[in-house]
Amino acid sequence: MTTSALFGRLTLDAIPYQNPIIMGTVGTVTILGVLLVAWLTYQRRWAYLWNEWFTSVDHKRIGVMYIIFSVIMMLRGFADAIMMRTHQALAQGMGQGYLPPEHYDQIFSAHGTIMIIFVAMPFFIGLMNFVVPLQIGARDVAYPFLNSVSFWLTVASGLLVMVSLAVGDFSQAGWSGYPPYSELKFSPSTGVDYWMWSLQLGGIGTLVTGINFFVTILRMRAPGMSLMKMPIFTWTIFVTTVLIMFSFPVLTVTLALLAMDRYLDMHFFTNDFGGNQMMFANLFWIWGHPEVYIVVLPAFGIFSEVVSTFSKKRLFGYASMVYATIAIAILSFVVWLHHFFTMGSGANVNAFFGIATMIIAVPTGVKVFNWLFTMYRGRIEFTTAMMWSIGFIITFAVGGMTGVLLAVPGADFMLHNSEFLVAHFHNMLIPGALFGYFAGYNFWFPKMFGFRLDEKWGKRSFWSWLVGFYLAFMPLYALGFMGMPRRMSHYDNPYWQPYLIVALLGTFLIAFGIFSQIMQLAVSIRQRHALRDRTGDIWGSHSLEWSIPSPPAFYNFAKTPVVEDLYAFTYMKENGINPRATAPFAPIHMPRNSSIGVFLGLFTFTLGFGLVWHMWWLVVGSLFAILSLLVMRSTDDNVDYELSPQQVAVYEAEAYQSANQASGQHAADLATQG
Amino acid sequence: MSDTTLDNHHGHAEHGHSPLNNQLFGFWLYLMTDCILFASLFATYVVLKNNNAGGPTGHEIFELRYVFLETMLLLFSSFFNGFAMINLSQNKVKQTVQWLIPTALFGLGFILMEINEFSRLVIEGNGPDRSGFLSGFFGLVGTHGLHVSVGLIWMTVMIVQLLQKGITPGVRSRLLRLSLFWHFLDVVWIGVFTVVYLMGVM
Amino acid sequence: MRKLIPWMMGLVVNLLYTSAFADQGGFWGSNWAVLDPKGPVAAAEKHLILTAFGLMLIVVIPVIVMTIVFAWHYRADNKAAKYDPKWDNSHTIEWIVWSVPAVIILVLGTIVWQTSHELSPEKPIASTNKTLEVEVVSMDWKWLFIYPEQGVASVNDLVIPANTPVHFKITSDSVMNSFFIPQLGGQIYAMAGMQTNLNLFANETGVYRGMDAMFNGEGFSGMSFPVTVATNDQFNNWINQVHAEKTDLNVTQLRSLEVPSDHVKPIHFATVTPYLFESVIMKYMGNDASTLKAMASYCSPNRLVNLAQGH
Repeated sequence: MTTSALFGRLTLDAIPYQNPIIMGTVGTVTILGVLLVAWLTYQRRWAYLWNEWFTSVDHKRIGVMYIIFSVIMMLRGFADAIMMRTHQALAQGMGQGYLPPEHYDQIFSAHGTIMIIFVAMPFFIGLMNFVVPLQIGARDVAYPFLNSVSFWLTVASGLLVMVSLAVGDFSQAGWSGYPPYSELKFSPSTGVDYWMWSLQLGGIGTLVTGINFFVTILRMRAPGMSLMKMPIFTWTIFVTTVLIMFSFPVLTVTLALLAMDRYLDMHFFTNDFGGNQMMFANLFWIWGHPEVYIVVLPAFGIFSEVVSTFSKKRLFGYASMVYATIAIAILSFVVWLHHFFTMGSGANVNAFFGIATMIIAVPTGVKVFNWLFTMYRGRIEFTTAMMWSIGFIITFAVGGMTGVLLAVPGADFMLHNSEFLVAHFHNMLIPGALFGYFAGYNFWFPKMFGFRLDEKWGKRSFWSWLVGFYLAFMPLYALGFMGMPRRMSHYDNPYWQPYLIVALLGTFLIAFGIFSQIMQLAVSIRQRHALRDRTGDIWGSHSLEWSIPSPPAFYNFAKTPVVEDLYAFTYMKENGINPRATAPFAPIHMPRNSSIGVFLGLFTFTLGFGLVWHMWWLVVGSLFAILSLLVMRSTDDNVDYELSPQQVAVYEAEAYQSANQASGQHAADLATQG
Repeated sequence: MSDTTLDNHHGHAEHGHSPLNNQLFGFWLYLMTDCILFASLFATYVVLKNNNAGGPTGHEIFELRYVFLETMLLLFSSFFNGFAMINLSQNKVKQTVQWLIPTALFGLGFILMEINEFSRLVIEGNGPDRSGFLSGFFGLVGTHGLHVSVGLIWMTVMIVQLLQKGITPGVRSRLLRLSLFWHFLDVVWIGVFTVVYLMGVM
Repeated sequence: MRKLIPWMMGLVVNLLYTSAFADQGGFWGSNWAVLDPKGPVAAAEKHLILTAFGLMLIVVIPVIVMTIVFAWHYRADNKAAKYDPKWDNSHTIEWIVWSVPAVIILVLGTIVWQTSHELSPEKPIASTNKTLEVEVVSMDWKWLFIYPEQGVASVNDLVIPANTPVHFKITSDSVMNSFFIPQLGGQIYAMAGMQTNLNLFANETGVYRGMDAMFNGEGFSGMSFPVTVATNDQFNNWINQVHAEKTDLNVTQLRSLEVPSDHVKPIHFATVTPYLFESVIMKYMGNDASTLKAMASYCSPNRLVNLAQGH
């Protein structure tokens, strides 16, 4: 391959002109992008966006931006899913589908990577950004600036995946990128490089977020909030951050070693010269299995909040829930080998990891029963958030069952690498992660924007997703029993086709679910005045985030609340304590906004792009720019400011006025009702 | 961390937390994650150790005396850094800088020796592309070297900041973190020296 | 919506029914491959799947029933249902929800321990008949089967005698693959420079489907092969037929097989150069200078050229 000094190995041939699907997508995205930019320019919104959002270090704004990013990536990831399902429904016998294998292979690789790394991760990170500091009564996270950096690194790496659509290609090696297939010898194009660098750069952002929230939760809780008085969602996030800190460095190493193989001709995972491909599988899943729990545990936290709120009860077995979460986290580090029982590690090793895997079912089962007993003797309100939770419990039980089947090595020999496996992990991650995030989105949306989401479209989206899920994935279980391997771009067996057609119908139903969610948002924005939450505590919930107006003032709490009980706000309501802070106020330190995060993201993107295309000047230039920005930031002493008590009083009055409520009155009302 | 929040101990009631302590704590956590990173690299090295693919073994290419000198440079660098920190705690700007300069120079010496060792191996045809064993070796030792190099850049920036700003709370906090980083790299190097060189030669 | 849903349900039931019970019509193997074992290994694995499935139902069915019952009974407008907002702990319930799953997992764990050893792929299968050795090399994108004792080889055509243990020695001449014949038993990876072992046994003659279960590139979909389980006589006849073929499998022939190709029709080789299988493994070991040289010349740019041209 020829390379030039300026463009590396990038030539005009890297743009897939001949592919109408890609070009159509790129064209549509470009037109939409231009329209958006034009509209923003026309509305003169750029300064607002830049000053209030992009450069913001406010955890609430960063949280919202994470969720928006995740939703955009979900549309891309889901478009991939529809394409795959359509193709597989067609590609039988003489039917060749409409995708050549090398394109189909890129689509399933992109789908997996995007859904895990750029949908699931940013969605829960967005929710935790918004919620956790509010739940623990803090003004912001421990490192607000680093929070912004993490976000923009995530965006940069997501952008890298998106750019691979138009310039070059994406990896064909699956989301797990096993060598030797992902080595230069077998995958010489830029695809694996795009995959590798986007995971690597995004992973650094995630690691920083993990440290950030660990410190935030450990050191910035309101007085009185001991560890065992932390709201359960905060607990699951806390455990998640530990998982992130332990597992992401391993991903960093794994990808760095693969990069050294590909760029420096080294031999960590190659077939020859003493490389060891089995080591990649081990390292990847030492990160990859905890990663599953990183995206699932926060959803467990959300379900706990939602189920107890809408059952109008306290959470059953809080302590049990906490211990179960910790147990799951610890066990998640000793099960990685179940991803490759079929590597021939021997009976003892397989049995150990099989049993360890099944033990995880115990604390998980406890959690499920605790949710059920939270509903027991409750007064259940079937809001959209609650529907997602109930749908989750039932569906997740099925997924858990198939998971135990896969944890039995002897059974796994039959079901591994098959459509059964595909069905199983979608059966865990769609209800176990996505439903949770959707529940959390419906639950906390009023806190974010001051009005709730439309219930009618919310329910529509739920039922479409739920039924669509069963239609899309139950046939895949059957196909697993029929011996259909995953990732086939073509098959001869005519009897597989009907199942794949049903799966496609399910996908269409899910598409309607996503459409309903978009409609839900649009309808809710239109009817925001009717849906306005004037109480700040729209659902009658337990924790501190509901004790302040919706949306909260940018400093969250005018005075740091004092926590007396696990259900801090419920305690206030029951004891007639008015959560509204009154004058005199103390001055408040606040971090200043910073554009450095945006620029760090920008140069991280150019760094990744340069690395992918071997444009070394760009790599060196980007590294230099990143270093300069970091030095600049470290030299800047003017990073925070102080709100005077008078200013606090003004802002506080504004926040309550915009929410148009007298919180004390409201709390008293609730106390008499309850 | 039982029943009381750490906030209360630090008494920053209206601020909610003490940023400088949080920064040190966060940096500790970062170092722990770095520990895991190095642990993975050590594991990789141990797995690949005997995969020399017909190339040289550690016994044939490691020069223990040379590496011992390298080790001494790094240890002395840390030693000088300790003096810099003592002077920092006594708010002596000039002396702090005076101790930081030999810290950096000895660190630089270590890196130059490492680069020299690497280039010798590459010239002899025993570069990282020669075998799995050498990939593991260059991967582990090179990552440590990269850390030391970043530390050197950081140290340079801190010397400039000390001269420009004197000892502000920010500068002090950054110097404390740098010092932690520097000692951490020592500890890792002791591991490298033992696992890679000593056990390689044995 | 009201019309769409029944229509869809009708379609689903129809399609699935036809497909699940249709006659195979000459297609390789059974429709429900995993649930239709043709040998003791596959049968044991099927049994294991069903046992684990049944045990899990003890927890899963109550969960699903309880979810629906609780959700319905404790709905907000059912004022007759008991409401106890502060009831958040019960040692009895806690005890049950921790111990019942734990007991089930204990039972399952015991089963896992036993079956992991019994069904270990490297465990030889006891039989009065002499074990047949087959060496398997996965290539891009086809399977090479070498019968060292019979001195023949084939590509994408595996013939084995019934009621005879078969020991597969498996390696890869390319990326990581997975050797899988669902109706005879579970899969195992094929990896370059290494040998994995799989012991299978067929007790019914017929043609079954064999495949690569692990994605390995653009030719992945065209990498399945028929597995013919024959009687002893048929098997011996087949060996004799192959002996009568014109081509031999030697190093040159092996090289030409290494050129990537998919949907390869069966090829047969009358003789095989000894230790060819071992040489495929050794190629990636590279422990001495001569192998290295051979390897350097082996690392042919064919594949790169192919990929660059978009094939």
